[in-house]
Amino acid sequence: MINVSKLKKGIVLDHIEAGQGFKVFQQLGLDRLDDVIVLMRNVESTRMGKKDLIKIETDLTLDLNVLGLLNPGTTVTYVEDGKAVRKLKLSLPEQVEGILSCKNPRCISNTEKLGPVRFTLANRERKEYACEYCEARARL
Amino acid sequence: MTARCLIEPGDLSTDEILHLVRLAGSIIRQPERFATRCTGKLLASLFFEPSTRTKFSFDAAMLRLGGQVIGFSDPATSSSSKGETLADTARMVESYADLIVVRHPREGAPKHIANFVNCPVINAGDGGHQHPTQTLTDLLTISAHKGRLQDLTVGVCGDLMFGRTIHSLASTLARFPGIKLLFISPEELRMPQYVKDDLAQKGVPFEESTQLESVIGRLDILYMSRVQRERFVSEEEYLRLKDYFILTKEKLSLAKSDTIVMHPLPRVNEIAADVDSDPRALYFAQARYGMFIRMALILFLLGLEKEGDLA
Repeated sequence: MINVSKLKKGIVLDHIEAGQGFKVFQQLGLDRLDDVIVLMRNVESTRMGKKDLIKIETDLTLDLNVLGLLNPGTTVTYVEDGKAVRKLKLSLPEQVEGILSCKNPRCISNTEKLGPVRFTLANRERKEYACEYCEARARL
Repeated sequence: MTARCLIEPGDLSTDEILHLVRLAGSIIRQPERFATRCTGKLLASLFFEPSTRTKFSFDAAMLRLGGQVIGFSDPATSSSSKGETLADTARMVESYADLIVVRHPREGAPKHIANFVNCPVINAGDGGHQHPTQTLTDLLTISAHKGRLQDLTVGVCGDLMFGRTIHSLASTLARFPGIKLLFISPEELRMPQYVKDDLAQKGVPFEESTQLESVIGRLDILYMSRVQRERFVSEEEYLRLKDYFILTKEKLSLAKSDTIVMHPLPRVNEIAADVDSDPRALYFAQARYGMFIRMALILFLLGLEKEGDLA
């Protein structure tokens, strides 16, 4: 059993589906932070059997809304002075960038060099997003 | 992007659309008042795929406003054939022209161009995506012949799955009160779900049918579109279905006396030639309205309107 010390100030991303932690780590761009970050995989969980977990010791405010699309079951807890002070209720983000790519072969984003393409939530039930260029629907 | 652009119909508010329709009406009534309004202005017409109607329409619109036109209608004659990016082409053109009109086979290309320039950009068709000036043309035609853009039953017939003009028209008409839509197509070419979702969300009533004859009598407007052979899985399927969606004089006899028939053109065989002489057939007049609404749009985007233009 590996023990990781209690977080003093930062964010805990708990109940990430087992095996998805690294993907969440990448999609949130956590590799670009200088803060202490721990990614734990396949942690035992009463509720889930196994889960992944990320602890971020940071003062920064991170935009975690994208988790609503990436891993909606994730529990996000903000910690201050070693205590949980706030939980974030996840919902599908209205817009995402750099998470989805357009599958429409006729879309300009697939031929010209563009920056990250922005997708806007088009159908909440089907979790469909529309490409900012061609409006083609995309899902994760 | 700092200037007003028209990339999709949603870039214009309903009030702005009505304003453009009224301005186009003024231009139709008194074209001489607008004949020199664009003197000294240059329109760059970048057609990365062939088009006769739309290119001529924009060129004619600018020339009739006293402006001038540069551009190409064959990408082989532009620097894109040398590997230049679209963004670079756009920045180069912007340094010469006051307004850019672009048609491109890639969906979203006009929006991409608009991100790099500070002059107005008009989307003249991007693949199967948007063709907003066709929608404006359709609305001017409807307004001119029906006297209103509301309380209308509009049937759209043909290839509803891939017809970009149809999608734009349906979602734009949906902004006006009292609009009912009837979608007439083979099962294989039905209106895409996302368009229907959008209409349902806006509370716009619509029905779907696979037979033109059974609904034509209820329509104020019949908007025909092409059923393309290549959209069908087999030749047999195409031959089996194509006649259901061809408008003949006989079928038109079931329509009301004031129903108008529209088509974005070019037509192939979906409207029989004997319909052309029927006074309800408006598709050639529609093309002319296209030039007037583009004149109005150019004035609007270049900020060249004057007080009293609508009088």
